[in-house]
Amino acid sequence: MIKVVGLGGMGAVYQAQDMRFTGAKRLCALKEMISTGRDRHTQRIAIHNFEREANILAALNHPAIPKIYDYFTQDVRNYLVLEFVEGMDLEAVLGSVRTPLPVDRVADWAIQICEVLSYLHLQTPRIMFRDMKPSNIMIRSPNQIVLIDFGIARVFRTEQKGTMIGTEGYSPPEQYRGTAKPEGDIYALGATLHHLLTRRDPRLHPPFTFHEEPVSALNPDVSEELEAVIMRALEYETAKRFASAEEMKAALQECLKKGGQKQKPEKDVEWQPTTADNTETVSTKNETPSGTTGDEGILPVWQFECEDEVRSSPVVADGIVYVGCYDNNLYALDAATGEFQWKFATEGGIAATPCVWKDRVLIGSEDQLLYAISTSSGRILWTFPTEGRVRSSVHIEFEHAFFGSDDRRLYATKAHSGREVWRFEALDCIRSTPAVGGEIVYVGSEDNHLYALDLQTGRQRWKFRTNRGITSSPILHQGLVVFGSSDWNVYALDEKSGWSVWRFRTGQVVIGSPRAVDGVVFIGSADGYLYALDANRGRQVWKFDAGHQIVSTPAVSGSALYFGTIGGEVISLDVKSGKERWRFATGGPMPSSPSVSDGIVYIGSNDHHVYALPA
Amino acid sequence: MKIFRKRPTQQKKTQTADTRPTLPSGRKAGFPSMLAQVPPGLTVAKTSHIGRIRERNEDSFVTVDCTCYSNSEAFPLGLYIIADGMGGHKKGEIASALAAQVVANHIVHDVFIPFLCNQQQSSQSRPINEALVNAVEAANLAVYQDTPEGGTTLTVALILRHKVYLAHVGDSRAYVLTKGTLRQLTQDHSLVARLADIGEGTPEEALAHTNRNILYRAMGQTDSVEVDTCSLDLPAGSCILLCSDGLWDKVPDDEMLDTLMSAASPQAAIDRLVTMANQNGGDDNITAILVTRAAHS
Repeated sequence: MIKVVGLGGMGAVYQAQDMRFTGAKRLCALKEMISTGRDRHTQRIAIHNFEREANILAALNHPAIPKIYDYFTQDVRNYLVLEFVEGMDLEAVLGSVRTPLPVDRVADWAIQICEVLSYLHLQTPRIMFRDMKPSNIMIRSPNQIVLIDFGIARVFRTEQKGTMIGTEGYSPPEQYRGTAKPEGDIYALGATLHHLLTRRDPRLHPPFTFHEEPVSALNPDVSEELEAVIMRALEYETAKRFASAEEMKAALQECLKKGGQKQKPEKDVEWQPTTADNTETVSTKNETPSGTTGDEGILPVWQFECEDEVRSSPVVADGIVYVGCYDNNLYALDAATGEFQWKFATEGGIAATPCVWKDRVLIGSEDQLLYAISTSSGRILWTFPTEGRVRSSVHIEFEHAFFGSDDRRLYATKAHSGREVWRFEALDCIRSTPAVGGEIVYVGSEDNHLYALDLQTGRQRWKFRTNRGITSSPILHQGLVVFGSSDWNVYALDEKSGWSVWRFRTGQVVIGSPRAVDGVVFIGSADGYLYALDANRGRQVWKFDAGHQIVSTPAVSGSALYFGTIGGEVISLDVKSGKERWRFATGGPMPSSPSVSDGIVYIGSNDHHVYALPA
Repeated sequence: MKIFRKRPTQQKKTQTADTRPTLPSGRKAGFPSMLAQVPPGLTVAKTSHIGRIRERNEDSFVTVDCTCYSNSEAFPLGLYIIADGMGGHKKGEIASALAAQVVANHIVHDVFIPFLCNQQQSSQSRPINEALVNAVEAANLAVYQDTPEGGTTLTVALILRHKVYLAHVGDSRAYVLTKGTLRQLTQDHSLVARLADIGEGTPEEALAHTNRNILYRAMGQTDSVEVDTCSLDLPAGSCILLCSDGLWDKVPDDEMLDTLMSAASPQAAIDRLVTMANQNGGDDNITAILVTRAAHS
C-alpha cells in the first residue's frame, strides 16, 4: 500500500503496488467499499452482486476502462484491484481553472466517452455505466479519457431513512424510478458536458433544470449545433434523446467539423474566459454598432419634421397622433400618413405628454399654463395658470384632471372647465405624472417623496421617502405602486399602506417610468440597461444593455417592447427573452417615450422629428 | 358630499380552471365555521407533535404577533415560522430552532421595530421582501456555521395588515384557505416534486416514491441559499396554514380542507389534523400553525 488517493462515501481508494511481480513495479488502485447492510442476509446478497459485477467488468477490454486485476472481501470491507490511472479527474480539472474549459477539447472528450459508452452498451448483456459525472472521468495524457468507478459500489449501499439533502445532479429522471437504460448514460453525459462548458454545477440547482439555462446563454463560445446536441441528450423523455451513444458521437463529430466553438471573425479561435460566478442572470448585449438602422433595415412608415426637439411623447387617439414639441407647438398629425392636421402654439416649449379625453387634449407648457385644446379644431377651450413650468403630464380620472407643476403643487381640476378642486403643496417641483387607484392619487416629487393623497380632498394619506428626487411616474400593478428614483433604485410599495415591499438597485439614476404587464415590470435606467423585474419579488428577469442612457418609458404591445435611448436609437425587444428584435437610429437623443397603435410605433426625437415605425 | 363619482364596483376576473381542492358538492362555499368564534384581527393556533415513530422532535416553530389599533382600525402584524430539522445527533433540532430564531430576530429588528416607530415609509428601512430574504440568508449562514452536519427546512409567513409575505426553503408548506378553496403557496424543494413537475410521475406516485425524502434545497448546506418569496392578499375570512411534511404527507389536501372548514375553532382544527396524521402512520414529527383572519375585522 503506497498512499490514499481518494476518499468516497463508501470507503477509500489507495495506490498500491503489486508484490507478486518482484521484478517489475506494477502500480494498482485498490478501491475499498465498506458494506453498510445491517443483517447477514443483506451482506451476503451484496457480496454476491459484487462478485458478479466484478466478473462482468473483468471481461471488458477497452483503453478507456481500467483493467480489473483482482477482488476480495474482508468482513464488511470489499476490495477491487484495478489498473492505476495516472491523471486528473474532470472535477479536479474544473476546480483548477476559473474559466470554462475549451469547447473543442470538451467535444473531443465527449466523442471518446461516446465510444466507450457504445462499447459498454453493445456488450451482451449490455452494461450501463450509471454514474457518469466529472469526478468519474479521468484524463490521462495525452488527452485520453478513462471512465472510473463503475456503479459497482451501489450494491453495498442501503436505503437511508429520513430526509436527505442533495441530489446527484447528473442522473436522468427515469433512474429514480429504478430504470437503467443506455439513454440514461446519454442524459448523464449531456449533464456532464453542460457542467464542463458552463461551470454551472447541477448539484447546486434544482434537478432537471438544464433547459432553463441553455449552454450558450452561459458560455457564448458554444455553437448552436453543439448546444443542440447537449440539449437533445438532456431531454426528459428517453425517446427524444439520441437512440445510441454512436448516434450522439456522429452528431458531435458533425459539430466539430463545423467548429463546436462559435465562429468569431474578429478574433482568433482561442476560447474566451467568462466570469464564472456571474451566471445568475443573463445579460443580452448590444452587438450591432449604433448609428445605423437594424439588419432588417427598418424604414419609417412616415416621419414628420418640427422646428425643435421632440421630447414629448406622442399619444394616438381616433387615428390622430398628438405630440408636443420644444418649438412651443402641440401638433395633431394623421396617424396613418403623418399628414399635418393642425397645431396649437403655446408660449413655451412642451415637454409633457398630451392627454386625450373626450373631445379635448390636455397638455402643460413651459409657459406655466395647462391647456385644454379641442381635438377637432385645435382651438383653445380653457387654460389653467400655475406658477411654474408644467412638465408633468395630466392624468384624468372621474372627470377630473390631476397634474403637477414646477411650482411644487399637484392640482386637481375639473376636466370640463379647468376649475380648481384642490391643490397639494410638496417641497419641490412635481414633474412626475400622477397615477390614481382606489381613492388615492400617487405622485412623485423632486423633494424625494412619493405622495399618496386622498382623491377627494388632496390630503396626504402617506408619503414614502427615497434618497433623491422622483421624476419617474408611478404605476399601479398587482397592489403595488412602482416607480423609479434618482437614488438609482426602482421601488415597489404596498399601495394601501406605503410600506416598501421591494427595491431594485440599478447602476444610475432612474428618470423613466415603469410599464408592467402580467407581473413583469419594465423600466430603463441611465446606466444604459432596460430591466425586466418580477413584480412580486423585485428580482431581475432579464436586462438588456442598450449602450446608452434610457430616460424613455418603454411601451409594450403583444410580445414586443419599445423604447428610445439618449444615443438616439429606438430599440425593440422580445418581452419574454429581452432579445433584440430591431433598432432604428435617429439623429438626436430620445427622451421621448413611444406609443404603439395599429402596428405602428410613434416616437419623438431631439433631431426635431416625429417617427412612425413598423412595430 | 363626495366630489368624485365612484366607479361602479367591477366584478373580479373569473379564475381559470384549477385542480385545487374545493368543497364537496352540495356544501355551500364560504367561511370556515370556526370563524364564527374568532375575535377581530388575527387568531393563531399552533401545535407540534413528535409523531408515533421518531424518538425526537426535530421541528421548531416561532410565532410573534402584535396589533396596533388606531383611527378605529386594527393593523395586525404577525410573524410565523416553521422549521423541520434533519441530521443525526440532535443536529436536526438544533438547526431548526436556530434557523427559526435567527429569522425572528431579524424580522423583529427590520420590520416590527420600524413599524412600531413609524419608520417603515422610507428608503432607510429594508423593504419587506429584502428583510425576509436577508433574514433567511442570515439563518442559513448561522446553521451552516453552527451545525454543519445538520440542516432544516424553513417556511416563514409575515402578515402585514391585509397582506401576507412568504419566504420558503425546503419541503414544509404554506397553504391559504380562501372562499372554501385550499391552495398550496409554496413549492416543495424535493426530488419527487421536481419529478412530478416534469411529468415523471403524479403527486400520488410521488408520495410512494423511494427517493421521496431527498431535498435539493435546504438551509445550512452551503454558505448561501436561494430563497423563494411571494406575497398575496389575505382577504377577511381567510386562513394561512403552515405545516411540516409530517402533516401534509399523511393528510391529503381534500381531507385537510374538510377539517379546516368543519372544525369548531382554529385550535380544534389543527389538533384534529395532528390526530389524523398520527392515525395515518405518524412516522414523522408533525407541526402546524394556523392563522385565521376574522371575517369582520
